[in-house]
Amino acid sequence: MTSAPLGYLATDGAAASPVTALAWGLIGVSLAVILIVGLLVVWASLRRRGAPSQKETDDNLVGRPASGLAWIYGGLAISVPVLLISTVWSLVVLAQVMKPSASPGLTIEVNAHQWWWEARYDSPDPWRIFTTANEIHIPVGVPVRIKLASSDVIHSFWAPKLAGKMDVIPGLANATWIEANHPGRYRGQCGEYCGLQHARMAFYVVAESPAAFAAWRAHELEPPDAHPSPVAARGAEVFAARCAACHTIRGAEGGGLVGPDLSHLAERETLAGAMIPNDRSHLDAWIRDPQGVKPGALMPAVRLTQADRGGLVAYLESLK
Amino acid sequence: MADVALPDLNGEGSGALQGLWQAKPGVLGWLASVDHKEIGKRYIITAFLFLVIGGLEAEMMRLQLARPNQTLLTPEQYNQLFTMHGVTMIFLYALPMLSGFSNFLWPLLLGSRDMAFPRLNALSYWVYLFAGVFIYSTVLIGQAPDAGWFNYTPLSGKEYDPGANIDVFALGMIFLGVSTTVGALNFVVTLMRTRAPGMSVNRLPIIIWGTLTASVANLFAVPALSAACLLLWLDRGFGMHFFDPAGGGQPLLWQHLFWIFGHPWVYALVLPAMGIVSDALPVFCRRPLVGYTAVALATVTTMVVGFGVWVHHMFATGIPPLAIAFFGAASMVIAIPSAVAVFAWIATIWTGRPVFKTPFLYFAGFIALFVIGGVSGFMTGAVPLDWQLTDTYFVVAHLHYVLLGINVFPVIGGLYYWFPKAVGRMMNERLGRWSFWVSFIGFNLAFFPMHISGLLGMPRRVYTYGAHLGWDATNMITSVGSVIFAAGVGLTLINLVVSRYRGAPAGPNPWDGSTLEWSVPSPPPPYNFRRIPIIASRHPLWEARLNESPERSVLDSDLALDHGRETISTTSLDAEADSILKMPDDSLAPLILGLGLTVLFFALLWRAWWPAGAGLAICVAAVAFWLAPTADPVPAKERARG
Amino acid sequence: MAESIVPLARLDVSPTDKRSSGWHGLVFMIATEAALFVYLLFSYYFLASQSAGPWPSSGAPSLAVALPSTFVLLASSGAAQWGVMGIERGRSSRLAMGLGLALALGIGFTGLQLWEWAHKTFTPATDVYGSLYFTITGVHLLHVAVGLLILAFLLVWTLMGRFTKARHEHITLGVYYWHFVDVVWLAVFTTFYLTPRLG
Repeated sequence: MTSAPLGYLATDGAAASPVTALAWGLIGVSLAVILIVGLLVVWASLRRRGAPSQKETDDNLVGRPASGLAWIYGGLAISVPVLLISTVWSLVVLAQVMKPSASPGLTIEVNAHQWWWEARYDSPDPWRIFTTANEIHIPVGVPVRIKLASSDVIHSFWAPKLAGKMDVIPGLANATWIEANHPGRYRGQCGEYCGLQHARMAFYVVAESPAAFAAWRAHELEPPDAHPSPVAARGAEVFAARCAACHTIRGAEGGGLVGPDLSHLAERETLAGAMIPNDRSHLDAWIRDPQGVKPGALMPAVRLTQADRGGLVAYLESLK
Repeated sequence: MADVALPDLNGEGSGALQGLWQAKPGVLGWLASVDHKEIGKRYIITAFLFLVIGGLEAEMMRLQLARPNQTLLTPEQYNQLFTMHGVTMIFLYALPMLSGFSNFLWPLLLGSRDMAFPRLNALSYWVYLFAGVFIYSTVLIGQAPDAGWFNYTPLSGKEYDPGANIDVFALGMIFLGVSTTVGALNFVVTLMRTRAPGMSVNRLPIIIWGTLTASVANLFAVPALSAACLLLWLDRGFGMHFFDPAGGGQPLLWQHLFWIFGHPWVYALVLPAMGIVSDALPVFCRRPLVGYTAVALATVTTMVVGFGVWVHHMFATGIPPLAIAFFGAASMVIAIPSAVAVFAWIATIWTGRPVFKTPFLYFAGFIALFVIGGVSGFMTGAVPLDWQLTDTYFVVAHLHYVLLGINVFPVIGGLYYWFPKAVGRMMNERLGRWSFWVSFIGFNLAFFPMHISGLLGMPRRVYTYGAHLGWDATNMITSVGSVIFAAGVGLTLINLVVSRYRGAPAGPNPWDGSTLEWSVPSPPPPYNFRRIPIIASRHPLWEARLNESPERSVLDSDLALDHGRETISTTSLDAEADSILKMPDDSLAPLILGLGLTVLFFALLWRAWWPAGAGLAICVAAVAFWLAPTADPVPAKERARG
Repeated sequence: MAESIVPLARLDVSPTDKRSSGWHGLVFMIATEAALFVYLLFSYYFLASQSAGPWPSSGAPSLAVALPSTFVLLASSGAAQWGVMGIERGRSSRLAMGLGLALALGIGFTGLQLWEWAHKTFTPATDVYGSLYFTITGVHLLHVAVGLLILAFLLVWTLMGRFTKARHEHITLGVYYWHFVDVVWLAVFTTFYLTPRLG
């Protein structure tokens, strides 16, 4: 249902599918209840409609006909079992999804910031540790553990087509898990109001075949092209001088940790918390005036000449 | 054919009582009034004003959200709007409106001359008004609270929200809490002590049960919010670390304290309104409520269980699943007493003879909205599903169905129902019917699509959204619906104003109701009852026609109680008269205490410690003057001359 | 019929025993204030349970001042109650003495508390334990201050001859509030000074 990328009535993976069945079941029960009660109210109101008899009017008649308690007993007799069954079903589903379907084959540390997502891929070999941002790759068919941390306020990690939300709370070591059965780009969104640009704090989970994932992971460790074009080379210098205080590109000069890691930026399809497409014009506009694109974003407007900015954009576009 | 003989409303003694109880003339007299009916009307009018303000805030948001990627509002403006919308509706409209109804009605329903603490009653209104002004005081300098109405830390801490915004919120909530607490105290003591003889607990109107339950709950819930806000104000202003992980604090402490308050609070916002329906709907069905005892017990049960479900606002915070499972189960089970009430109302309509007047329409519509809000709540009670639903527009839909459906619709129906009693004129019936249908259709058009927006993944509290997420259509429908709903409420407002001056005159009992308020003139005299009634059933004015027992209430008793301002006091359960209470005269002390508190809180907000001390001194002086023992105390045993 | 239902002529006017509105008002006011302290102490226990390091961070606080000041406050309640028993026998002078003694002892408690505050090695901003200590004992001290004001006013009104054996409801209610402040202190004292010693 790509018409609703954040919808969760059609999901993928063992962390989400049992819940989706529960969702449809409870929606069905709820709609039935609404329909039945609505009909009862309308029917009850209309069934004795019509002018009261003259005697009724003269006498200002009030009465206590059938006691009516049968309604309460009958209503409870129907609704309480439905309620209890639903409760039990939801507890069963809770037990199913609260821990991974199998031992996780991969652990990713996701660090939430105002208003972007950092993803760190750990490894026993320190040379194979790397960090990326906003587009989180996972292998298909493998339960993936997500360890969550926040460096500022409370956020919530939510990839609806793969799993429910888990809050990211400063000082707490929350964790969740996701699993994708099919390859694809699964959109995610911060699920806890976190300030000015909560609305634009999205991300993507990119699920690919284990082989493609391994290739991506290996590629992430590689440095940028050693022979850039002259324009891109100029851009590299601009980056080192003006951007590296906040951003890191593996294999290039500088190593700022305040902003997202930009290694292999050209491989990402989106920018600015999955808000804008990653193409030349949007990248240029973002660098020129971040506040114009995403008011309140913590990236300052770095004053660059047109030429410098052109070089920087070319450099970033070369980071495949 | 008359039922129980209505008392001679202008009979012997009414002139003397009028002189004793009427407010003094002029502005000072108006300011010093402690008449519960006057205070109730002030609450209702002020709350209605906040309803309109909150509604305008909502309309601005809906304009922004009607289409994707709009820039009518900046993110900061939007964040202040959604925060103030929530604060206004939940704190400055919903409970005060119900307090207004209860203030006006309780002594009339209970057969009493006033509440147990008339001056405290006046204080609760003044503090409400001043706290509302306080909370809005920074809007004009662009520093309204902006961290959401539940104000989570660390976002609401000094580091991420350094302006006055959150200090106004924190101090404002404590300030308002004084009004809520004092008002709750008044209701509880009034219920326990000042009822007419014979008004035993099984004869109390359900709105009494609802407000009583809410008031007891508030006495135990409001301090949690006050504690949370105090700790936040100290973190922000004095470098403390309650919510700061770096100093050993816990952001979740805020959430626990807030929701331990917050969940009982939302039941306090709806149980009295359910009581309005339980009392007024039967009048339009020409029969007593089905299952009175079940409904009264369901009211209390809902609130008691309501203290045990607060974690359901925190299902996604990483709390261990075993603990969550308990709260999830409790959250689904709490639907059962609500179901009892719904079946009771349907049964009342089914076995009765519905009279299609405006109040009936609002109450019938309310039942449908109640159930829609209830089932969406039931869905969010399923923990793993809540992990998808929480913080999406699904929850926004749920909370609006329960808050508007279970508070606003009964309130508007209640306004149509009791307006004749308060004002002495009927509201326009035709305009009333239009107002219902426009409001009902507009409301559902606005809020039902929000369920779908939420299921399609639209998060809460977003100032805009992208174009290819599938939310465009539902948002447009919602925005259009909201305008229609606003028009419906506008029709009610027009009806209120026009009927106030041009409505058809109303007698004491235009709806042929069964409870005591319909036995006094419209509007009631300041002393309510010329003679304190003696009660024999739940339906004093229907007794002869129902003829379910030989006993009859006595509305024209010998209980004049006119040696000064007096009312009768009874035992708590069986309402046997056991003493006579002297009621205080009008006084400016509550107003002055309210003003002193206002000075204090503004001074704390701006960290001006000497003015704060001055405010405190005014408070102390006002309280000392108010409570000072008189020089000539009344003898303990004064023979009452009957 | 009405006359036999409600014996109007035999009803008390403005009772001052537990039937009075004032008594009920005080009970529920104490209930809500007690709830406030429950939530503050809940915060203490919650933060303690979640803390990573040792708790309290500076070790269990010394009893050297807190224990004597507890006795001072208890004695203050005792003095006030002695005064109440006096007016119940019509002895206004004993009431005045009891209130005066309670006031003095209450001021003594306050002085001891402030001395202890001044000699703590941490401040409210040091860490969350410091924040909790000063805030909770501070909120209690605010209630003490209110209590002292009440005792002072009651003393003045006693000296003005406003209370008799038959009518002294202000005294009863005010002193009950003072006892409540004492009970709260016992809870605060237990939490801060005794629970860390329970191992």
